[in-house]
Amino acid sequence: MAALGRAALLLAFGLIAYALIAGSYAAWKRRRRLALSAQNALIAAFPATLVAAAVLFVALGRRDLTFAYVAQHTSHKLPLGYALSAFWGGQEGSLLLWLLILSGYAGLAVWLNRRSRDLVAWTVPVFALVASFFAFMLCFVSSPFNVAPAPADGAGMVPSLQNPYMLAHPPMLYLGYVGLTVPFAFAMGALLSGRTDERWIVATRRWTLAAWTFLGVGQLIGSHWAYVEIGWGGYYAWDPVENAALMPWLAATAFLHSVMIQEKRGMLKVWNMVLVALAFNLSLFGTFLTRSGVIDSIHSFSQSPIGGWFLGFLVLMVVLSVALIYWRLPLLRTKTRLESLVSREATFLYNNLLLVALCLTILWGVLYPVLSDAVRGETRSVSKPYYDFFLHTFGLPLLLLMGIGPLVAWRRASLRSLGKTFLIPFGFAVITGVVLLALGFGSSWPGLLTYTFSAFVVASIALEFVRGRAATGSVVRLIGRNRRRYGGYIVHAAVVLLAIGIAGSSAYQTVREQHLRPGQSIEAAGYTLTYRGSTDVRGANYTGFRALLSASGHGEHFNLDPGMNDYAIEGPSNEASIYHDPRSLGDVFTKAQLVKGNVIDLQVLVKPLVNLIWAAGFVFVLGALIAMWPDAVEQRRLAARYAAGAVPAGL
Amino acid sequence: MPRERSRPGSDVAWALALAAVLAVVAVVFVARPFLRDPAPASDQLDELAPEARQRLALAEERDRALAALKELEFDHRTGKVSDVDYRAQVGPLRRRAAEALRALERGEQPGHERSPDHGQRVS
Repeated sequence: MAALGRAALLLAFGLIAYALIAGSYAAWKRRRRLALSAQNALIAAFPATLVAAAVLFVALGRRDLTFAYVAQHTSHKLPLGYALSAFWGGQEGSLLLWLLILSGYAGLAVWLNRRSRDLVAWTVPVFALVASFFAFMLCFVSSPFNVAPAPADGAGMVPSLQNPYMLAHPPMLYLGYVGLTVPFAFAMGALLSGRTDERWIVATRRWTLAAWTFLGVGQLIGSHWAYVEIGWGGYYAWDPVENAALMPWLAATAFLHSVMIQEKRGMLKVWNMVLVALAFNLSLFGTFLTRSGVIDSIHSFSQSPIGGWFLGFLVLMVVLSVALIYWRLPLLRTKTRLESLVSREATFLYNNLLLVALCLTILWGVLYPVLSDAVRGETRSVSKPYYDFFLHTFGLPLLLLMGIGPLVAWRRASLRSLGKTFLIPFGFAVITGVVLLALGFGSSWPGLLTYTFSAFVVASIALEFVRGRAATGSVVRLIGRNRRRYGGYIVHAAVVLLAIGIAGSSAYQTVREQHLRPGQSIEAAGYTLTYRGSTDVRGANYTGFRALLSASGHGEHFNLDPGMNDYAIEGPSNEASIYHDPRSLGDVFTKAQLVKGNVIDLQVLVKPLVNLIWAAGFVFVLGALIAMWPDAVEQRRLAARYAAGAVPAGL
Repeated sequence: MPRERSRPGSDVAWALALAAVLAVVAVVFVARPFLRDPAPASDQLDELAPEARQRLALAEERDRALAALKELEFDHRTGKVSDVDYRAQVGPLRRRAAEALRALERGEQPGHERSPDHGQRVS
């Protein structure tokens, strides 16, 4: 088994190395058959990697402890689903997942665009360069197919990873991280081939959207996992590895907006290249952070031998990206200028500046411990107040811009037009703000501003739909005619839900903690929770206790049972118990620890509107799917443009 | 209890046999362009000629102008663009679209070099 995995990986490495060397030579010397051969090698690397992945899956499923990787991450009693999820639970498996997804994406993207020969000829070696690094690591540095005499049992899996969300969260993130390689490879291929027209953007538009969606959903699933499993009552801790997923998402968000300016106005070609390179390199950086252990994080593995390799590769990719963009600057410069600072494209530009500023301040926060250690010899880190400050500073204007953008016309807008279009959303936001202030929401200004700006955005989006429907006669026709625009608005609505959920559950949450004996009660934000006593629980690979609570408040009666599990191999784990209040869309979050005898330490967090965060995920996916859905008319127009070599196509 | 495994020697043998089959298939697939076309009339990779690049730039400009016109019409109908703004913008946009179309028509010569994107399915 392990021999097959190793052989398949070596084959994949050979194919990818060939795609890199032969592909570069073919593109440079303009050799058609050699370029096709390199392309085929890249495509063939996927089935080879798939065989290696299948071997590891089978070994995990059979708990074949002769595989060192399987012994390190599973145990005989670990349920099958979690045993399979150990594929991405460890370093070697995660690298294999990177390569598997990358080779699949690369093969498919290259095959779909195979007729753009000059562009694809240079894209193949870029894909191969990235893939060769991962294949090299898997073959020679960090193999999942090392074998050793089987121990009596494996080391098991960290309890917090034994959660259904772990079946989806890491693969989703990886689909996003790795997906950002596709626009990067095509962008660099465009620079290398000198094809700085829009072909690379057309080729990668949906890939970028899909990667961005996966990354967004992956983070949301990860947040939900942290919320229900880690048991600290929050969903985002500004942990370096969480930030590492957020940064490329922010850069990709900026790109998805700015690329529209290039498509509609022919501007920002350099900026778009910079954003694509930034998003990709940040995704590499994210993987480096997780794998190297250079920064303390609940997600990161201990110091591992691959950190140095990763850092070297990251530096190489950054240098290559910058050098290529600099080399092709003359081709990327455009004559078109912004016509007015009050226009749709100007709001996109402001949005880009804020997104990149937020991204870079987070990057600074992540790197600060490493830099302070290098410069001053002491490790200092920034914490929640730092990130919260910049989230408020850049995030609130971003939220406001989401409402302003749709109301402003492309090219330029007169004050009279603006006055007319802004009247309803502005009025709605002011009324919302005043009412909330009167209701006592002024206790948190960031919270109040978030709600008020959200009202503005919701009104602005609703107005767009109402006016659009009036102009086209039906919402379906309206969306069908411009899926990217209206899909984008639905994504904006998801961001509004997210913002309201975050503001409600953080700025207006209530926290209470108390030691309780059976029969005693605790009160929090109108809820009364009474401790009835504790009971023992037993699972396949753990024992534990649950504190039995009966609760009431706001017309609801419910039971909760927070406690702890003690896993036989892996150790203790907090088990929070949460009540979702359907009327307030908030949660009553509880966690308990046995203090002495039957006495528990109970912590209660009442988190208003927190469920809007998870609801936002569904709306986000809906909007992204609409934006991604192929538009037959546009497909025909673009196909005609490129097929005819720019000859007028029936116009 | 873990189930009994087959003998390691036979495991390695069939694994290597499978890997060898996989390798042969991969090599044939990689060599396919040379096997299918051993003596081509030209082995030159298609490349956009300067004129083709110019045409492509004009086509993009044409598409941008037409899309901007469409967008302006729609924004005008929905009330986002006032009559005054509409009248001020529609003329230059139409001129831009017309200029791009004329330039494209001028550049359309019989026997022009085909784009390497010919027959491209746009993904």
